[in-house]
Amino acid sequence: MSDTEIGLHLHDSDVAPGDERADGREIAEGILGYLIGLGLATLLTVVAFFISGTSLVWQPSIPIALIVLAIAQMGVHLVFFLHITSGPESYNNVLALMFGVLIVFLLIVGSLWIMTHLNHNMMPMERIMQMQQ
Amino acid sequence: MSIAQESVARDDPYRISLGGRYIGLPGAVLAERGLASKRVISAYGFWIFLLSDIVMFSAFFAAYAVLSGQTAGGPSGKQLFNLTSVALETACLLLSSFACGVAIIGARAREDFMYYGGMVATALLGAAFLLLELRDFTGMIAQGAGPTRSAFLSSFFALVGCHGLHVTLGLLWLLTMMAQVFAKGYRADIMRRVLCFALFWHTLDIIWVGIFTVVYLMGMAV
Repeated sequence: MSDTEIGLHLHDSDVAPGDERADGREIAEGILGYLIGLGLATLLTVVAFFISGTSLVWQPSIPIALIVLAIAQMGVHLVFFLHITSGPESYNNVLALMFGVLIVFLLIVGSLWIMTHLNHNMMPMERIMQMQQ
Repeated sequence: MSIAQESVARDDPYRISLGGRYIGLPGAVLAERGLASKRVISAYGFWIFLLSDIVMFSAFFAAYAVLSGQTAGGPSGKQLFNLTSVALETACLLLSSFACGVAIIGARAREDFMYYGGMVATALLGAAFLLLELRDFTGMIAQGAGPTRSAFLSSFFALVGCHGLHVTLGLLWLLTMMAQVFAKGYRADIMRRVLCFALFWHTLDIIWVGIFTVVYLMGMAV
């Protein structure tokens, strides 16, 4: 029994998809997955473009709706295109993603929060110009 | 403790390669499961790189969000942006992501037509995206709305231009992967590179979702 055979025997329950040659059924399943992802992403994109130009919804809600749609679409891309799932293969990827999301959130929300406060507290530009004269 | 379990405990004390789900289960299960495949581990490493790229983009997003109102008397996004062009760019990138997925399935099945066809479609759609974006940029610069005009435009060109630069590098990588598969066949190490390329390409699409929402759609709505 060669090393590879032993390896296959030990791993037979979890040979990573992609390590062995895909057959016709897997091709069909894979393409179906990408088609579902493409459909969902297209739907979310079309809704976002529609909402941004419409006067049918309450105007102040538009930015929030756009952000919710964008986060939903990023989720669709992660699951259907990048295959970040809840499976055991992907456990570490999900942990790293959660950390990344935390950093992104701190960076963007923190910057906006601090800079709007600074903007509020800053002396108007005309006054600064007067004082310099 | 079995030999396999001992070697896992020594080489991989945090069970990185096994998936945290198996931590704490009896040693027998751990030993039978063995190490994760090289493909899973290299995809994990590349995923860490992609996340750090996303963190870098988030800094550009933060700068843009802070500066988007600082037009210094110059044109605002509402006067400059052309949503038809943005919609076309979005369609190009989304379809190229799909084509890239088809190419990966083709590579897994060793179907030359699916792999090369998918990669060529990805490349053409990516190039169409870049041309549309360049046309937008040159149009804006011709109107006097270049990156030096205002803080808003500086942050705009930094964010969107950085994404465009990533797409350009992605195209070069794509052509390299087509050439490598052509020259060396569907070898395991080449397949891992193809897989990493696909992850990179899909991640660019995710960043584009943020850009068309935050920059273009919210810029037009405000």
